[in-house]
Amino acid sequence: MTDLLAARSQMAMSLAFHIVFAIVGMAMPLLMIIAEGMWLRTGDPLWKELAKRWSKGTAILFAVGAVSGTVLSFELGLLWPHFMAHAGPIISMPFSLEGFAFFLEAIFLGIYLYGWGKVGRVAHLLAGVGVFLCGMASAIFVVAANGWMNTPQGFTIAADGTWGEIDPWAAMFNEAFPTQALHMVLAALCSVGFAVAGVHAWMLLRDHRHEFHRRGLAIALAVGGVFALIQPLSGDLSAKMVARTQPVKLAALEGHWETEANAPLRIGGWPDEAAETTPYSIELPGMLSWLAFGDTEAVVMGLKDVPPEDRPPVLITHLAFQVMVGCGTVLAGVSVLIGALALRRRELPCDRWLLWLIVLVSPLGFVATEAGWVVTEVGRQPWVVQGLLRTADAVTPMPHLIVPFTAFTALYALLAVVVVVLLRRQVFDVGPVPDTTHD
Amino acid sequence: MGLALVLYVLTGGADFGGGVWDLLARGPRRRRQRALVAAALAPVWEANHVWLILLVVLLFVGFPNAFAAVGIALHLPLSLMLAGIVLRGTAFVFRAYDPHNPDETVGPWRLVFAVSSTVTPVMLGTSLGALATDTLPLDPATGIVQTDFVSAWLAPWPFLVGLLTLGLCALLAAVYLTLEAREADLQDDYRWRALATQGVVALLAPATLVLGMGAAPRFTTNLLQGPVSLGLVTLATAGALATTMALRARAWRWARRAVVVQVGTIVAGFGFAQLPVIVGPDLTIASCAAPDEVLRPVLMCLALGAPVLAAALWWLYRVFKAAPSEG
Repeated sequence: MTDLLAARSQMAMSLAFHIVFAIVGMAMPLLMIIAEGMWLRTGDPLWKELAKRWSKGTAILFAVGAVSGTVLSFELGLLWPHFMAHAGPIISMPFSLEGFAFFLEAIFLGIYLYGWGKVGRVAHLLAGVGVFLCGMASAIFVVAANGWMNTPQGFTIAADGTWGEIDPWAAMFNEAFPTQALHMVLAALCSVGFAVAGVHAWMLLRDHRHEFHRRGLAIALAVGGVFALIQPLSGDLSAKMVARTQPVKLAALEGHWETEANAPLRIGGWPDEAAETTPYSIELPGMLSWLAFGDTEAVVMGLKDVPPEDRPPVLITHLAFQVMVGCGTVLAGVSVLIGALALRRRELPCDRWLLWLIVLVSPLGFVATEAGWVVTEVGRQPWVVQGLLRTADAVTPMPHLIVPFTAFTALYALLAVVVVVLLRRQVFDVGPVPDTTHD
Repeated sequence: MGLALVLYVLTGGADFGGGVWDLLARGPRRRRQRALVAAALAPVWEANHVWLILLVVLLFVGFPNAFAAVGIALHLPLSLMLAGIVLRGTAFVFRAYDPHNPDETVGPWRLVFAVSSTVTPVMLGTSLGALATDTLPLDPATGIVQTDFVSAWLAPWPFLVGLLTLGLCALLAAVYLTLEAREADLQDDYRWRALATQGVVALLAPATLVLGMGAAPRFTTNLLQGPVSLGLVTLATAGALATTMALRARAWRWARRAVVVQVGTIVAGFGFAQLPVIVGPDLTIASCAAPDEVLRPVLMCLALGAPVLAAALWWLYRVFKAAPSEG
């Protein structure tokens, strides 16, 4: 393994690990404040119990998210010093604001988790709202910095190669930022909603009439379902943005080799980078041109127009894109189904087959989120800053990078196991939940 | 332009000091695993932890080249420190949220927690010490730091700074805990721990100074000859004496104030003695600060955000740290 590959692997592993906990930290507060709001409105203590149970799980995941995020902020310098030397000042604004938002989030979370009974009810709920808003804000700021890597702007490069004349605001509000941030926020809410729904559905399969889990399922499904339905629209915006700003990435994620008008949309397929073709795919003529530019006759650039050394790994990007879209489509379909059943019966549908379906699809949001990050990050390669700085030129000169990669991978694997064990105990082994429907 | 830079140094420097200081304040967790420690830390550790993130962000926003140089040359101690941070933070919540082990003072995570909490401040101090030894010159042609990745930090003096950092963490923690404790025997436990740690610090600090004359001559000369840093050293000494006297007299609240002065001035003194150098000997504030057009808006945002942050922090500490006796 080369040092560059080790550094990329360590960064990828750290990001893939962190994002799971980051989106939980973004979305869980929404579920908790909904439950707590219901408690304040109805006075039914079961809602409060739900908010409290959720907050315990969130506390564990949030802590892992906080420390793994710290690792990432250091790794930017430890692994990519030349990237940070160039980009640090330019993306200063989103990172400073992110630090600030995260600080507030941690403060509000401390009050939320440990302040039951110590602060007033409304103040407690407001702390929860603070956690939610600050968590969203910090994620949006981080995505702004990533958006800049995709659509760098707000600075000029002088003849001697130095980067100057920085406009931090222009860099922050780069072209990719709004669509990417929207896509990320929706992904977090949808993924976490379905994951939580899966847990409660599983518990309902064991004990069908348990009111506690029915309520948990209702809130989680409502959040997950609504955002799963909005997400495809945001995905369309993202695709059009990528088509406009990163045509090579679009070609890679579609496995699209020839520059042509009336370009087909490929479903499935296994890109062959040596033969420069994408066999085994279903092609829908003109659909890619239409989706990317709103016109079936629009010309879509193909990978053959790009020198091989400037192409991203096509196979990985294409497969990740298919996985992301596939998972998103399934979740949107399940949401439509559940929504239709709920509307017709005027209550939460809890048929056994439906609970099983929810359990089965519950991890798909996380799968789609991970795949989506692979699309945007691998699809940008070989660049760390699109078109301007190659990843290979940004890496640290430090040798033997496989050692920290292995060490941090082992550390995170251990943490993952422990988190799973502890969450299982939190969900399954804690004493009986008070239940108003049982005798 | 100059004004913006000076302002940046003043605010950024204060943030730096505050960040390091609060980072040190998390040391209590390496003390015996008492429910007291857990109860004292649980609500605030994550907020305290964020100072470190703020510090990193300010470093790469304000001094991107220094961040790059530090990332390359101190890769190993910083990675160890990160591993320590990850283990300590997670071990703490794992311990607190394991329903099978409701007793927080035992369990498999105690050891992980204790060991990682010890390693982390040592590595932080070692890294800071390495920066002061002026052994990380830049390659004049490429502007990239010249290093073998090891010798700058794996040396006696930086390690001594690491030990001193650990000592100061332990001291802060012990003094705070005398105030957190409600029972007299617990207070006494931490009182003698604090006094013993103060004794160790009283040995380590002068030793760092004396050995620093050989290992970090520029730094040590600055420390003893700069009017500001010399004043800070004097204050630190006075703070140490006051802490010790207050502990002996069992005036817990005075001890807390005095120890804050003692540790705060030591960290600030370190900063002033190091300035204007950041990564010795070549990277100085002037040579690697980010351009004004970046610093000005960031500073503006920090200035606007600081009151909000201060209010939120005040709320947090008022909810959890206001002693009943304080009303």
